[in-house]
Amino acid sequence: MDTAPTENTTQPRPDSPPPATLSTTPLAAGQIAPDFALRTTPDQKVSLSAFAGRPIVLVFYPADWSPVCGDQLALYNELCDEWQRHRAQLLGISVDNTWCHIAYARDRRLRFPLLSDFEPKGEVARRYGAYDHDQGTASRALFVLDRDLTIAWSYASPIGINPGADGILEALEALEARRERAHA
Amino acid sequence: MPRLRIPVTDRDHQRGPARAPVTLVEYGDFQCPFCGQAFRVLRDIEDRFGDDVRFVFRHFPLTEIHPLALIAAEAAEAASDQGRFWDMHDTLFQRQPSLEPEELIAYARQLGLDVDAFTEDLAVVRHRDRIRADFMGGVRSGVNGTPSLFINGELFNAPAEQRLLARAIEAARRGRPGVVAPI
Repeated sequence: MDTAPTENTTQPRPDSPPPATLSTTPLAAGQIAPDFALRTTPDQKVSLSAFAGRPIVLVFYPADWSPVCGDQLALYNELCDEWQRHRAQLLGISVDNTWCHIAYARDRRLRFPLLSDFEPKGEVARRYGAYDHDQGTASRALFVLDRDLTIAWSYASPIGINPGADGILEALEALEARRERAHA
Repeated sequence: MPRLRIPVTDRDHQRGPARAPVTLVEYGDFQCPFCGQAFRVLRDIEDRFGDDVRFVFRHFPLTEIHPLALIAAEAAEAASDQGRFWDMHDTLFQRQPSLEPEELIAYARQLGLDVDAFTEDLAVVRHRDRIRADFMGGVRSGVNGTPSLFINGELFNAPAEQRLLARAIEAARRGRPGVVAPI
């Protein structure tokens, strides 16, 4: 993540508070995923805990329509069979409002829900450490949650880089392997 | 940095010598306009580097945003069954975006293929599993969109543009790891 040049020219004094960061660090594996309820349509909210009992993939992304997000979500859309094979629920989250999400999902024929972290703006993204304060949008961060809503894997991608899907698939496979060992 | 996880084998579509010092693997989508642009660049690269480059094409159709990508990939595979993969590959990129089924059949006729066999292959989506296997292999190698290029197994993390690509291939030919330009 680039910072503005002026931010880099002065070194903070050892006794000064840390400079305000422009982006945050995503919650790490082992932590409990904060619950939330966000709108998918103007009159419908979904809560994270409603999906407990199956693996969940949270995809925070900066904006509908921007090219990299488009590729990223298009890729996840092609992988719906894989998410189903793992019985995983994938949820996209950005600060766009529901009307924007509806138009975008229709245009791209998305087959997973987009949640609107719109009011108060980015509150859920902030709680997950997936907010870019400079841009005022969610950052590009991925979380894979276990069935009990524990974070099993998280990853922050540089804002302009599409993180692909291999990390998510590996995390889902690791969860499955652990579950099989526990049942053996 | 993502690396190619699925090694190149006889099963792959390839042109150029198997012992070329540089192997260039493309994950591509016949309906993707950026792949169409990259096609011209890659032809120039193949001409320029001659026998020093082996070129491999693998399917990575993004079917929801490119509704004709899958049937175009089927067309390339159906042509491959008749020994004409590369002719169809080149035709599809040259004729992009005209990839409707009747247009694909017209291309098959122009190439002198057995049109009945070709049409039936398309109708029963005979090569669906192979195309999906290419796609999933790409996903596991970190492919996140198209075109994605690997030079001697290393992701070329820059736009598929003549100058950058030639520089990376030149470096690979000299036995150094591919020069990767930051975006």
